[in-house]
Parts: sequence; structure tokens; C-alpha cells
Amino acid sequence: MAGLMADFGNFTHAVVRAIPDSFAKEDPRRKKTAEVDLAKAQREHELYIEVLRHQLGLRVLELPADENLPDCAFVEDAAVVCGDTALITRPGSDIRRKETEAVKMVLKEMNLNIVEIDDQSATLDGGDVLFTGREFFVGLSERTNQRGAEILADTFKDYAVSVVPVQNGRHLKSFCSMGGPDLIIIGSSEQAQRALKIMKQMSDHRYDKLTVPDDTAANCIYVHLPDKGHVLLHCTPEEFPESAKVFERLKDYVLIPVSNAEKVKVDGALTCCSVLIHKKV
Amino acid sequence: MTTEVASETEVKKEPEKADEQPVAAQQQDGEEEPEQLAAVQDGVTPRAASPHADRKSKEAKGLSRFLPPWLKRQKSLSRTEPSEDREDKTPTEEQQEAPPSEEASPQEAERDESHSIGSADTQPAKEEKGEGSPERIGDGKEEEDLLESKAGEKDEGKLLKLEAEVEKSSLKPAKKMKTVTCQVTLLDGSLLPCELEKRVRGIVLFAKVCEHLNLLEKDYFGLCYKDHADQKCWLDPAKEIKRQIRNCPWQFAFSVKFYPPDPSQLTEDITRYLLCLQLRQDIASGRLPCSFVTHSLLGSYTLQAEMGDHDPDGHCLDYISDFQFAPSQSKEMEEKVVELYKTHRGMSPAQADAQFLENAKKLSMYGVDLHHAKDSEGVDIMLGVCANGLLIYKDRLRINRFAWPKILKISYKRSNFYIKIRPGEAEQFESSVGFKLPNHRAAKRLWKVCVEHHTFFRLVTPEQPPKARFLTLGSKFRYSGRTQAQTREASTLIDRPAPHFERCSSKRLSRSLDGAPGLGMDDQSGAPGQGLTPGAKNGRDPALELSSDSKDLDKTQEDVLKHQASISELKRNFMESTPEPQPSQWEKRLTASPATSLRLRAQAAFEEEVPSSSVLSSPVAVPTGLPAACTTSVSAAEGDIAVGSPPAAAHVVEKALPRADGSSYSGSDAGKTAEDKQKSDTLEQAEVEIEETVVIKEVRKAPKVEVTVPEVVVTIAVTEKEPEEKTGAEAEGRGDEGVTQRGSTSSDSHSESEDEAEYRPQAPGESIDHIKEVPEEEEELAVEAQPLEAEPAAAPPCPTTEEQESPLKDEAQNGHPEMQSPQGSVEEDEEDEGEPKLNGDASRAETEGLPQVICCSEPPVVKTEMVTISDTFAAQKTEISTTEVPIVHTETKTITYEAAQVDGAGDGEPGVLMTAQTITSESLCTTTTTHITKTLKGGVSETRIEKRIVISGDSDIDHDQALARAIKEAKEQHPDMSVTRVVVHKETEVMEEGKD
Repeated sequence: MAGLMADFGNFTHAVVRAIPDSFAKEDPRRKKTAEVDLAKAQREHELYIEVLRHQLGLRVLELPADENLPDCAFVEDAAVVCGDTALITRPGSDIRRKETEAVKMVLKEMNLNIVEIDDQSATLDGGDVLFTGREFFVGLSERTNQRGAEILADTFKDYAVSVVPVQNGRHLKSFCSMGGPDLIIIGSSEQAQRALKIMKQMSDHRYDKLTVPDDTAANCIYVHLPDKGHVLLHCTPEEFPESAKVFERLKDYVLIPVSNAEKVKVDGALTCCSVLIHKKV
Repeated sequence: MTTEVASETEVKKEPEKADEQPVAAQQQDGEEEPEQLAAVQDGVTPRAASPHADRKSKEAKGLSRFLPPWLKRQKSLSRTEPSEDREDKTPTEEQQEAPPSEEASPQEAERDESHSIGSADTQPAKEEKGEGSPERIGDGKEEEDLLESKAGEKDEGKLLKLEAEVEKSSLKPAKKMKTVTCQVTLLDGSLLPCELEKRVRGIVLFAKVCEHLNLLEKDYFGLCYKDHADQKCWLDPAKEIKRQIRNCPWQFAFSVKFYPPDPSQLTEDITRYLLCLQLRQDIASGRLPCSFVTHSLLGSYTLQAEMGDHDPDGHCLDYISDFQFAPSQSKEMEEKVVELYKTHRGMSPAQADAQFLENAKKLSMYGVDLHHAKDSEGVDIMLGVCANGLLIYKDRLRINRFAWPKILKISYKRSNFYIKIRPGEAEQFESSVGFKLPNHRAAKRLWKVCVEHHTFFRLVTPEQPPKARFLTLGSKFRYSGRTQAQTREASTLIDRPAPHFERCSSKRLSRSLDGAPGLGMDDQSGAPGQGLTPGAKNGRDPALELSSDSKDLDKTQEDVLKHQASISELKRNFMESTPEPQPSQWEKRLTASPATSLRLRAQAAFEEEVPSSSVLSSPVAVPTGLPAACTTSVSAAEGDIAVGSPPAAAHVVEKALPRADGSSYSGSDAGKTAEDKQKSDTLEQAEVEIEETVVIKEVRKAPKVEVTVPEVVVTIAVTEKEPEEKTGAEAEGRGDEGVTQRGSTSSDSHSESEDEAEYRPQAPGESIDHIKEVPEEEEELAVEAQPLEAEPAAAPPCPTTEEQESPLKDEAQNGHPEMQSPQGSVEEDEEDEGEPKLNGDASRAETEGLPQVICCSEPPVVKTEMVTISDTFAAQKTEISTTEVPIVHTETKTITYEAAQVDGAGDGEPGVLMTAQTITSESLCTTTTTHITKTLKGGVSETRIEKRIVISGDSDIDHDQALARAIKEAKEQHPDMSVTRVVVHKETEVMEEGKD
């Protein structure tokens, strides 16, 4: 109980889930921007997990894939964990609802306080939840509705929960993420900038921002490690050369480029593929 | 006023006198005196306020024999009225004695509050002194010193005075005075009975409680009571308790009013302890939501603070359930609390409290004062007022936030609450956002809370509810206490050993009440209907009377004249109530919000202006001359009246003014004079560069008349002004500025005027957090009501009536909910027709006077004026600036005249932002927004004034003429300044959108 807002970016565990073979299958209900190479995607995912495990030193809990749940690897959408409390979401896409079950089980085993959404009218995707260490921003999107946001607010009463409209079928974190305790990494698109403006207005706190040319590149994973300090997992120069350069401006950071080219094709950003947890032992 | 200043210094010199002086100062306040006297007199003998003042010196001499030596000293100082307190002595003697003390305090009473309190209190104090209560006196001195050191500001002085009074009163209630026993629920749940003289001001009780608690950092706290509707209300220290609680029981709760964002900056542990107690209540009651873990953590610190180290042998779990850590706590939580409690071993109670606060302060709802409301679409939301601004919640979600710097104006009208938002970078117009509160009382309560929070957290010094504001349309209420900056500064001077205090157990039994003991509200006023009947109101309160008066006003000018109450009555009325006629269309307003806001502003501006003008011009009543009406209330009333009058002056106005105000006088002349004076003041100040930007937009807006009775008058004025939209606009702008400065700082509106009130946060929104309002500004503010004969006051009559009615209503509302309904109807009508009219009226009046008045609070070192005139022709009714709903503009022309000039004091210039104010005044046809920015560059302070004048009206307007007039006025107003730029923006609306 270090109290509120302490230890932002400190994580001990990560929950991930393997990519099923159905990952590359066509499904009109899924968003797909290009043909996915399943083998590549799985390889990417393995590397991603390796980074979490070895470079970040996290204890990785890997869930088996479920062929019936093609997007199950994107565990972020299934749960929002803050402190000792885990809110099991109710994803906006009905084909993904069952993804939460396995995630809930593993979180329960970690002795987190599990909160579930009973309200059948509520939808909430973890990808729409941006926790800054001080407060929450929730994207009201195709996947997350007002009721879902309210439940998030009820679950994490200590924090302000502000809503940010997100259009075009994206998640809030499709174009932004935290790059440090007070740093918001934001994309350059009009939508991203609009969302940033709203977030700035809604917050009592003044955040620094780091603007990257590509929205997708704005989705990074920030971790604070006792031995390494600030660590940022971000896109590779191959994917987004311009954006990758921007991260080099972050001094005192350990920058770890992580390839995510295949998963992005199904709207899977870096943060989507893990749930990070700070669990004191 | 001047005397006040002198008095302060005197006080300093003579510590002994200081105690007395404060009182005297209070008395000195012309306005206050009458009231105080009256109050005091109740117990003793009634006197004529004015005579007292005159007598003071004389009496003092005669009475000197009776007076103790220190009193005698004071006599010389004291100018004003005698206090009646001394029972022992003959009335004359008493008067004399009291006066000296009161008078002695030159600080004067800048504030009304002090008056009443002072009078009553003063005597007791004297007695005590005589008896020998040196300690208290000493305390009083100290306090005064602190205040003085801080800022020598009037407010402080007032406070000091008030405090002094309090002390005195606390010492002994006057024997003759009628006393009441009230109960104050303290934060630890205990009850503190207090014997109070019936007429004392809130500060007396507050001081007693603080003394009992041994609390020095008292500015974060306040007393609250529950009104008839069971709503928690803050007791205004500056006003008589009796008038505030009306028929409610004398039960109060001592509570935290301003939650310090960083409790670690508090100086004393006892202050932190009290804050902890408040937060424990907040948490237990659910007002401060926490997660399970936080509940547990905070609970563990509570245990550590109250129980000391965990005793392994003890049986914590046996008693732990007696503590309430959360609204509902489970065994699991209690176990968690104990688990954490164990880890705090060795922590002192003070440390535990500090840790408690460090965690509590991070909670998102810490220090957020929530108010139920509906948005423009009728959706239930919550408005949260906090140190940083206004938060909008829907359910638990934050859906919007308006930081203080973003807010140009805060106003309420009837049950509607409006905020005017500073235009964004790319936006040309301010936008207004409106919310619907359950009733006008709620709206007013929210407004007051906003005004207080803004002042406390955002300003360096409180805005004074300037006496000059006599004419205030709406509530003159302002935060009268110290700001956070001041209290912090004062705290640094605290030099005493940490006071010992007992931490009582916060076990459930003791905790009970949040703060406010359930007060029975049986009373009367609860009935909404009452508002309508003036008589009943009158009987109750002066305010009621006012309302009745206002009603009259609404009816017709003639009626108004008939109704004109004595000045004193008016004063009372004004103080308490502000009539607001236009109610219902808040939504429209919202959409049209800009217009609305403008109107509001205009009104406010008018009010302010009027007062000044009235004062200046009319020797009659008002501020200047009025000895008797020293009290704020009086002044306020006068001001209101004056306001009304100025409009009248404009045209019909003149006639009307006299009628309505009675005291007001010839509005136009007075107004002019006032303006002149103001101008002069402004000029005098000039060290600063002033840039004036006048944006004149011509738009047809239906002004809504809001405001209290005084406002009504104003409204009328506005109507008159309408014809002279342009000028009016400028004038308004000026007036607004003045108003804003004055008002904004202090958040002027009278609390009393329930219906409407505006507050323009001077804040340094953009610039610096703390904006200091310049007293000067107030003076400057005084806008003259130049008679705009030229202007066709088409609407005037209507507005007046409407307005008048509204005021009545408002007043009624204040006291009586019933009023609202009628008002609502009236308002609606008015809004449709009247609003525009009203605005127009106001604008007219303002225009005439205002333009001239445009004041720069500070004398411009570099003289630069920017005049931007944009004219938008809108259909008659179309309201231009609406946040959301844009009017259809067919044509848009922008003409910019720019003078190359200038000192480096451009906008972009670097420098230290000293203050930034935005004043907006609205009239039917004209909306003037004045932005005053003061920056300190290289030791030279620059004042830049940007005025945006929006003229709305039929296409009849001659833009060129309007522009010429605006520029001319601007130059006239600020002779020392130069016009840097003039931008004319014309928008012609082809279609008239159905406004309503």
C-alpha cells in the first residue's frame, strides 16, 4: 500500500495468451486490414513474450490459445488491473466475450480482487482504458459504452475516470499510451490530437506529451524496472521509421523495439498482448 | 473608505486600539453601520446611523470620561458611529463609546460585515476590556497585525475587524442584547453551545468556535447550517446569522470549507487534525469515495493516530468495529486495517494524520463539492467545485472539466447556472455553458461556492465587494475571507508552541454528523408561493421587502416609484435579494449562451457601474455621501438602486431610476459623473499600458433580465441603451471591466440576490494563477450611465417591468421559493422579449456611460489601445455567441485598423503576468467583453485592455458610426492609452433563427 499513484510502471507479472491458428482466419466480425501470416504472427508473439520475460524480468503467465477465440491473444481487452484489483471486462465484440474467462481464472489465482461486470448493457474493452498512474481515461468507442465506463469508475473509486470519445472503430489506445509517469505518447492523426486535447482538458494534471507521426506507433509499453529504470517497448524502425526516431529523444530510457507487424493487421497493438500486474509478494 | 486605510495604519500603531479599531472599522463602513446599529439597537436603543457618524467625534469627546483610556485614544481615530453595546452607560454614552472604538478603526470597514458585528460585538468587547480581557484583545491585535502584514487589504481589515468583534462578542454578550443559544457540532462530533447576541454576524460565532478549538488556520473552515430544504449552506461570516438561517434552528456544523490541496503545507498539526476529522466524516458518509485498499489504509492511519501503536496483546478487533472506516465495512476490511495498522508502529499521531492526508488528498473526489444539476438536455449530472475549477460528472464519470482559468464568468439566474468559457485559440467567441439546478437556491448556492473557491484558491487577494458596487444587479456576494495565499502567508507568522489538543476517538458513536446537524427547517419560506407575496417576505426579512419592491419595479416604473422603499429598506432588499426575471429559457441561453452570458455580464457590469455612477453623480444616496449607508448591505442596496437608475438616466430611465431607486437619483448624470470619476481613476492609475480592444458586434440578442431588483433597474437601463448599441457596448465593456475587476475578485454579487448573480473570475486564467484584483479597478469600473437619448429605448419599458418583476421574484426566491414560479413565467416572457430588451437597455445605459467608463484598472505606462469593432448584424433576436448554436451569418466582414505601436508590451511580450481579468457585460444589444491583462515587464507594468463589443441589432446600425463612437469612447476613457488596433467584424445574418 504505497498509496495512490505510487509505483507507476512497476510490474511483476504479465499475463499473455498464445495465438490460435484461427488467428488468421477470415471473420467478418473481426477487423482486418491485410492478410495475416499466421506463422509470422506467432513468431512475433513469441518474441514479444521473450522480451517480457527476459528483458523486463516479469513473471509471465501464459494462457493456452483457444481456437474458438481468434483474438484471444489480445488479453488486454479482457481485464483492467490496477493495484490489487482486477476488473474483468465485458468486451464490446460478442465473439470475444468468452476471452475473459481464462483471464479471470489466472487473475483469481493471483489473489487479486476480482470485479466482474454483471450489467448486460455494459461493454468495456481494456484497450479503451488508459491508466496514467493518476487517473483513468476511458475511450467511448464501438467497444466501450458509457455504462462500461461507469463500472470502471465504480471499481476504481480512488481515481478520476474521464471519458474520451473515440471514433472509427478504434480503441483509445490505438493511438496513445503512457510513456512514463507523466508522459503521454500520442499519434499525429486528427483523432489522436483531438483525444489528447480532451484528455488535457479533463485532467487536473499536466502531462508531457510525445507526439509520433504514426498512430499505431504511439502504442507502447512502459515499465519501470528497479535495475534499468525507464524502459519502453515500442515499434521497430522497420515498421515506422519516422516514429521510431522520435523515441530516441527519450533520454535515460532503455528502448526496446518490438516487432508487431502482423498483429497490427488485426488491430493488435503492443499493449494489447499482455496484462501487466504489480503484485507484491 | 479612505478613512479605512488610515485606520489600518493607526491600528498598527496602536495595538491596544487595534481591537477596538477593527470594530470601529466595521462600523465605519457606512453601510454596515446602519445595520449594525440597528442590530445593536435592538438590544439597546436605536439610533440614526448617519448621526452617529457625525456624532462620533463629538460624542467621543463628551463620552471620553466614560471611556477607558484606550477607548479614548480610539475616539480620535474613530470617525464613525458609536457602538450601542454598552448597556451600563447611558445610551448616549454608549453610543459615544462604541463609536470611538468603532470609529477608531480607520481600517474602515471596507466590509459591511464588520459593521453589524462590530456594533454589537464592540460593546461587549469594551466591557470585557474594561473588565480586563487583555488576552483577547491581544489576540485581536495579533490577528490584525497578521492581516495587515499580509496585504493591508480591505478584506483582511474587515476580517480583522470582524474577528475583533467576534472576540469582543465572545467575551460577553451585551447584557441588553437578546441572546440566543446556538449549538455547533464540531468535527469530532461534540456539541459546542454558544450564547450569541441575536444580531451578530456569522463571524462572531465562527470566531468563538475557532477560539474554542484553538485554531489559527481557520480560513479553510466554515460553519454550515441546513436550510429549510435540508440543504447545507455556508454561513456567511459577513452577514447576520439571523438573516441567513431565518427560521431555522440555530444549529451549525463546523466544517472544512476549502480543502487544502496540499495539507502538508498547513502550518499546524491541529489544523491537519481537524482536516482529518472532516475527511473521516467524508469517507464514512461516502462523500469521498475510496477503494477498499484506500479505506483500509486510511483507517489504519486513523487507528494509529487515535490509538497509538498497535498493542499486540490488545484486542484490536474487539473495538475496531466501533470505528467506521467506510460507509460499509466488512470484516475483511477491518482485518486489513489492523494488518496495516501494525505496520505503523512508532508513528506519532501527527505523523499518522499527515500520512492520512497524503493519501486522502490524492483521491479524485478530495475537496470536490458536488451539486446535482441537469445539463441542457435534461440529463442528470453533477457539478463538482474544487480548487482547480469546475468538474462535470455524469454518474461517476468525469465528462468535462473547466479549470478556473478557462472560466470567464460564473453566473446564475433563477435556477440556472452558467459559466462563460474563454474562447479557445481558434475561437472567436466565448461560449457559455448552462446547467439547470433543482431550484434557484441551489443555483445560488453553487454560484457562491464557485465564487468562494475561485477566490480562495485562485486569487492572491479576495476581490472586494466594492462599495462602489452599490448598483450591483445580482448578488453582491463575495468571498470575504482570506485567500489560500493569504492564509498561508499568515500561517507563516504563527508563532506559538504547538497547541495541545486531544484527539478524541472517532468511534462511530462520536462521529455522527457530517457537519451539519440536522436542522429543522420548518419555516416559512420554504413555501415557494411566498415569494409572490411580498408582504410576507417583508415581514420576515428586509430582503423580502426588497422583493416586494422589486416586484413593484417589475410592474412599472410608476409602481416602482411608489414602492420605493426607504433607502434603508432598499439596501436591505438589495442585499438579500436579486431579482431575476428571466428564467426558463436557460437552455436557449445555453445555446445562445454567449448572449446570455453577455447579458449577465452586462447586468453585472451595470450594477457595478451604476453604483459607481450613482455614487459619483448622486450625492444622494449612495456610497459617497452616505454616511448612514455605510454598511455593505446598504451600499449594495444603493448600488442596486443606482444601477437601476443609471439605465433610467439613459432615457426613460432617468425617470424610472428615481422611481425605482429612489435613492438612485438621476441615473444618467450620476452615471456620467461616475464614469468620469472612474475614468479619472483609471487614468490616475496609469503606469500600465492599456490596450483596449473593442470588438463591437451587432447582434440581436434577446437579453434576459436577471438579477435582483437592482438589476431590474439596470435592465431598464439596458433597454434604453439598446439604441446605442455600440456605445453601450463599449460602455458596457468598460463597465464590465470594472465590474469584473471589482466583482470578479470579490465575486460580487450579493449573495442575497438569489436569483441572479454573476462572478467573473479575474483569474489569471491564462497567465498566472493568482490574479490580484485592483481595487482601483473597482473605481474605474464605475461606469457612467451616459444618457443615450439618441438610442431608442424601445424595449426599455418592457424590460423594466419584466426585470422588476424578476427581481421581486428573485428576492422572493431568496427567501421564498414560491417566487420562482412566477419569475419563471415572467422570465420566459422577458427572455423572449425582455431579454433582448433588457440587454439592450442595459447596454444602452452602459453604452452611454460605459464607454467612457472603460476603465483600466491600472494606469497604463505604455499607452496602447486596441479597439476592435466587429459588428454582426443578426436578426433582431438572434443571439450570436452561443457555444453550440451558431447563428446563421450571411455576411462577414472584418476590418482591421492597426496602429503600429507600441511598446514592447504586446501580447506576446514576455513579462510577469500580474493579473488578467475578463469582464463581460451584456446588454440587450450589446455585449462587451473586456480582457485586462497586466504584465510586469522590466519593472514596468503594462496594462492591456482588449475590448470586444458585440452589437446585435437590426441592420439599421450604422457600423461606421458605431466604430467611430467606440473608438472615440475608448480614447476618452483611457486618455493615457493609445489604441493599438481596431478590428471590425461584421456579421449579417440573413435569416433570423428562431431564437426561442
